[in-house]
Amino acid sequence: MQFSTFAEFIAMDGHGFYVWLSYGVSIALLTLLVFFSIKTNKNIIRQIQRRQQREEKLKQAAQQHQDSISQEVTHESTS
Amino acid sequence: MWKWLHPYANPEVSYHFTGKLIPWFSKLTFTLLFIGLIWALLFVPADYQQGNSFRIFYLHVPAAILSMSIYVGMAIAALSSLVWQIKLADASAAAMAPVGAIFTAIALITGAAWGKPTWGTWWIWDARLTSELILLFLYLGVIALHNAFEDKTLAGKAAGILALVGVVNIPIIKYSVEWWNTLHQGSTVSKLGAPSMSSSMYWPFVVCFIGFICFVTWVICIRFRSEILARNAMRPWVRDLVNQQETK
Repeated sequence: MQFSTFAEFIAMDGHGFYVWLSYGVSIALLTLLVFFSIKTNKNIIRQIQRRQQREEKLKQAAQQHQDSISQEVTHESTS
Repeated sequence: MWKWLHPYANPEVSYHFTGKLIPWFSKLTFTLLFIGLIWALLFVPADYQQGNSFRIFYLHVPAAILSMSIYVGMAIAALSSLVWQIKLADASAAAMAPVGAIFTAIALITGAAWGKPTWGTWWIWDARLTSELILLFLYLGVIALHNAFEDKTLAGKAAGILALVGVVNIPIIKYSVEWWNTLHQGSTVSKLGAPSMSSSMYWPFVVCFIGFICFVTWVICIRFRSEILARNAMRPWVRDLVNQQETK
């Protein structure tokens, strides 16, 4: 251990500001990088899910539309 | 001889492989950086000339070395994507660019904070500092090009060409302290096996450096998986995977 008191550790013989600035900025940037990388991953998965749901709905709507047309056709042909 | 690599050109195989790596590298990162940085802050003796500002070394040097290594890795990926049209190489290059940019920024900021007490100035337009700043702009250019096109293949090509042209900057950064008379000091840990520093200062550096390498691998894996998903969103395996995540 190079420092005998906590105050000495913070002061670093007058270099405290520079040392703590470096460590603070570095750790903050690295944390932000990890945070946004994980967030991007989750966002992409959510986007793909949403796109799939939309396609599913469109497919269902098209199917219903098809059904109603064919029903009408059969209705007209019987009457 | 290199045939074992072939399956990894398949996005699905690579996606699952990197998924297995992530927990290991995240644990290694936290352990090594915790030990290394505490060691650097509390137990490393102060430098006889630079005093306690020397503790910045343990962030500055790994960040600077990695900012260049990541760039070389990105350029190799860009080259293999342009020459052999490996789509995954594009994805990995896109994953590496932001990580490299952050490390370049850290190298510049910690360098400025180290320069103030040592040289008396935050910034000077000397060869090493200027070429490292150009590296940051190259990274930003590559990131911008990757996001500039809706078509990812086209974006990869444009960004890849910029990345390859920018490689010329890497030897300039590396040898700037030898080619020009600069304020920046020469390298401290260049000689493998025979570092020109005392072992009480050298070993914590090794721990920090390996810790940062693990960090880079970890984050690149996360970003690489996002890139794979974005580029293969219409593939059946991605659909299945996304649906499974939904039920979880």
